[in-house]
Amino acid sequence: MSARQIQLVRMVRQDCGSCHGMRLTGGLGPALTREALVDKPVESLAATIYAGRPGTPMPGWRAMLSEDEALWIAQHLMRGFPEESGLTPKASR
Amino acid sequence: MTDPAANRRLVLRGLGILAGSSAATLAGCAASPTAPGGTAAPVTVGTGDLGLVIERASGAVAVVNTSSPRVLGKIAGLGDLSHASVVYSRDGQYGYVFGRDGGLTRVNLLTRTIEKRVMQAGNSIGGAISADGTLVAAQNYTPGGVKVFDARTLELLADIPAVIDGGGAAGRLSRVVGLVDLPGRRFAFSLFDGDAIWIADCSDARRPVVTRYNGIGRQPYDALVTPNGRHYIAGLFGEDGLAMLDLWEQPPRVRRILVGYGRGEQPLPVYKMPHLRGWAVAGSHAYLPAIGRHEVLVVDTTNWTEVARIPVAGQPVFVMARPDGRQVWVNFAVPDYHRVQVIDTPTQKVVSTLEPGKAVLHMEFTPRGESVWISCRDDNRVEVIDTHSLRSIARLALDAPSGIFFTARAARMGF
Repeated sequence: MSARQIQLVRMVRQDCGSCHGMRLTGGLGPALTREALVDKPVESLAATIYAGRPGTPMPGWRAMLSEDEALWIAQHLMRGFPEESGLTPKASR
Repeated sequence: MTDPAANRRLVLRGLGILAGSSAATLAGCAASPTAPGGTAAPVTVGTGDLGLVIERASGAVAVVNTSSPRVLGKIAGLGDLSHASVVYSRDGQYGYVFGRDGGLTRVNLLTRTIEKRVMQAGNSIGGAISADGTLVAAQNYTPGGVKVFDARTLELLADIPAVIDGGGAAGRLSRVVGLVDLPGRRFAFSLFDGDAIWIADCSDARRPVVTRYNGIGRQPYDALVTPNGRHYIAGLFGEDGLAMLDLWEQPPRVRRILVGYGRGEQPLPVYKMPHLRGWAVAGSHAYLPAIGRHEVLVVDTTNWTEVARIPVAGQPVFVMARPDGRQVWVNFAVPDYHRVQVIDTPTQKVVSTLEPGKAVLHMEFTPRGESVWISCRDDNRVEVIDTHSLRSIARLALDAPSGIFFTARAARMGF
């Protein structure tokens, strides 16, 4: 995994986690576990991440992500999102 | 121990103990809180300068001392602590920790142990304790509603499902936010999906009487009660404005305040919901985070009109008054959460912008406000800052710290 992808994993777990839960089991935002997303089209998830969902608290994250990165996150959410532990290089902390 | 270097040494010594932490060293700590590793006889310890810091990633809370800033020990095994919060028993000995996964845990700050733990919901967001200390209430997203527990046994006394859509068994449940304690053994809370405020009178805790206020405004996301227990204010996500209930009015009625504060401008993205709990009422003014604008709104609490708006460095998350009301401290949502700003209330201006660390999630003032503790999640530390000099006086190593809760909250309504 690239350094940027490790950053994205952390961002999803920690920052998206403030609404969706650190374990992505939901909160003010819906659960984003593999089971919860099983019927969702990956493109619409990516679009929601990138542009937000009007009428709900879900903001678009385009200021912090490219469209490709939003798609990468959506794909990995659907597979069961990686944990942070094990991704961080040992030397960093 | 006011010399910062001495404090630093104490901190380091405390960490040394933690590194080799075992039941024996922790017990030694409890018996002799001012002399770690010493051999003094067991002494009676007060709780007024203790607190808990959530280590969100590791499911633990750290017990801390604020007189000489340091970590006394940790209590692990509390489950998913993302968005965890704590309320205290009146004597400050027990913390009730509300976890995201629905866990409600009573921890003993002196023995540093879990005394009781129940899984009370699938997805929880916080709680409150009654003024008499006998009832603990939890607010839940799943199943949406409030549950009331005996504070001593954690026995479930009442279940209040937040039923919307006309009620009945088939009624949808709303996610509940903004739970606070009110005088008279009551709890107030807001229904995010129900656009409502409910007040549960728990005089008879097994048979709560619920008063419902509907149509208060779209999507209340959090709420606060003013320090005198008079005004309950819910922030609205779905529209510009806040809903306010004057509880001293007979009968109370909901009023909209600060309507249209966005003035029709396109709102900025809100990457994290602001928190209203831990009111910022300073003198006759309340300081509130705007939603979707990088501003703190100042409202006159005598007539509830806007008196000013203060531009700040990002989407405000916590807007908290130092206990004396002279300063208001503000932290921000990602990507501006490396900053904290200090507002001077007499001039209503930002007088300082600090960068205490990466991913600032929470701030907590010591009981009289001479210092503030700031959790810096991505730096794995808590920074302790003197609120007069604005200089850092201590730094505590903690694992992804989030909420900080001192026992002084036990004595404050709505905390």
